[in-house]
Amino acid sequence: MANTLFDKIWDAHVVNSIEGGPTQLYIDRHYCHEVTSPQAFDGLRQRGLSVFRPGKTICSPDHNIPTMNQDKPINDPVSRNQVETLTRNANDFGLTLYGLGHKKNGIIHVIGPENGLTLPGYTIVCGDSHTSTHGAFGAVAFGIGTSEVEMVLASQCILQPKPKTMRINVNGKLREGVTAKDIALYIIAKMTTGGATGYFVEYAGDTIRNLSMEERMTVCNLSIEMGARGGMIAPDETTFEYCKDREFAPKGEEWEKAVAYWRTLKSDDNAVFDKEINFDATDIEPRITFGTNPGMGIGITEAIPAPDPEDEAGKISYAKSLEYMGFEVGQKLEGYPIDYVFLGSCTNGRIEDFRAFANFIKGKKKADNITAWLVPGSWMVNDQIKAEGLDKILEDAGFELRQPGCSACLAMNEDKVPAGKIAVSTSNRNFEGRQGPGSRTILAGPLVAAATAIAGVLTDPRNK
Amino acid sequence: MKEKFSVITSTCVPLPVENVDTDQIIPARFLKATSREGFGENLFRDWRYDKDGNPIKGFVLNDPTYSGCILVAGKNFGSGSSREHAAWAIADYGFRVVVSSFFADIHKNNELNNFVLPVVVSEAFLAELFDSISANPKTEVCVDLPEQTITNLATGKSETFEINPYKKHCLMNGLDDIEFLLSKKNDIEAWELKK
Repeated sequence: MANTLFDKIWDAHVVNSIEGGPTQLYIDRHYCHEVTSPQAFDGLRQRGLSVFRPGKTICSPDHNIPTMNQDKPINDPVSRNQVETLTRNANDFGLTLYGLGHKKNGIIHVIGPENGLTLPGYTIVCGDSHTSTHGAFGAVAFGIGTSEVEMVLASQCILQPKPKTMRINVNGKLREGVTAKDIALYIIAKMTTGGATGYFVEYAGDTIRNLSMEERMTVCNLSIEMGARGGMIAPDETTFEYCKDREFAPKGEEWEKAVAYWRTLKSDDNAVFDKEINFDATDIEPRITFGTNPGMGIGITEAIPAPDPEDEAGKISYAKSLEYMGFEVGQKLEGYPIDYVFLGSCTNGRIEDFRAFANFIKGKKKADNITAWLVPGSWMVNDQIKAEGLDKILEDAGFELRQPGCSACLAMNEDKVPAGKIAVSTSNRNFEGRQGPGSRTILAGPLVAAATAIAGVLTDPRNK
Repeated sequence: MKEKFSVITSTCVPLPVENVDTDQIIPARFLKATSREGFGENLFRDWRYDKDGNPIKGFVLNDPTYSGCILVAGKNFGSGSSREHAAWAIADYGFRVVVSSFFADIHKNNELNNFVLPVVVSEAFLAELFDSISANPKTEVCVDLPEQTITNLATGKSETFEINPYKKHCLMNGLDDIEFLLSKKNDIEAWELKK
């Protein structure tokens, strides 16, 4: 029988199928951060359990951590307690921890791949919806709740209903100034914020095939923003090249065996998906969002569209969203004054994002009205930025590099956009108050962020 | 062992907003607790209270006209973040059932794992239910888990809803997944040896 990539990996991990119920799925890699895990560890304690396979869980605090003075104690006592609780839990249960100050610390979805902890064919979970990032390697990776974190800690398994499959094909040559983020924001706008709910998505087509691993991670990262359970891309030479010689990747003979298996991880030619959708890459221009969910997006030169006249219930939510943003139907946002620019997050906090940003702003000056937060996704990204001298380029243009973490993506630390202010953000969500109570967010890629940081108003990076 | 779930008849709290994301259900700055308790007071925090902590008039949780343990919400409820704190907040506030025409996957699982029943109804049923509640805030709804039916008692309209038999069994008997998985340790070890 012809199988999809998703089916091959899922089926290889089924421990039990419960009649009429969910599948008991074995998990190869479990990532853990400080926000969604404390109650799971408490659950283990209450039940008197240990962690079943401690070698398969990796912990790193990322959500709460400050992006300045990480060598000093965290100011906010509640944040500090949550980060310290993760340290205590990792120690008590014998888990690997890349804590504050560790050279491998960073956003969990950034450090997993860069250390070779994420590999093709794996099942990967984390109490975090952007776990879909790891699907870029041809892994079945998805976000889970805290009860499910406890399940994985207790049994290395999870009970999950098997999702339906969808393939999204993107073909054609990308236009100038269009990044992986723009591809993803385009797809989400076409699919809507709930359009892939219930599905696991495989991205395919020559546009996807030509993306680097980091670009693929950006695309897969945003799968959840159209509701998908996860997103994945079949592994190929680009994937193997990226994984080779990473610290925890297999070595020598084991590597050869692994690659031989990974080469089988692709959808069979006649595999049938529950849904199949095609997009033309040449239709995509640099993207921005205008509303309060990632599906409310347009090309940067376009005007805010009217809501669907057929959708009575939807109109109320659409109007509420525009009212929150202070925008109206028909408005064009190019030239709109911006207060904050955020480069970072598990979506766009990798070295290629910093290269793109630095390359754009080189020899220019940051606009005075812009507060810019440039936050590497990890210490390894930070070190690479410095090794390449990008930090000097940024400094010369009036920018300052902060320390790694999730930062203003969800503003659990001090990096909060004040009420009423508006940010162009390379992160993943523009929900009401996401970047701080009352803050307004326009999602975009690193080039739009760079162009905007220089001009001080929302700017198309193609107008250099 | 949690409270067993069977038949619930209650008035409803209507929230006719679509795409309610988990950041609205519980904003990120309230995720710093390390226990499961007390999230109910921050349920829908930024829609419910102004920046000084005063209740915002007009938001449904501040309106004494509406009460009950059934939350009725617009389509695509619970999108976004995987935070189970959203389900804890809903349960801690006192809701036992959430009715919508569409739920986000992770949040739906999180509700079930916290013994809150997500009931998916048709768009037409949902629209009529909002109308019934609007016409009479004392409108009651009966959710019968054993029979998998939901009935709008104002109109008598009834629909069946889906739930997988395993989860239904868990809810009706107050069992959680971890107890089930722990009973399968031998299978897990056998599976590992095969690899």
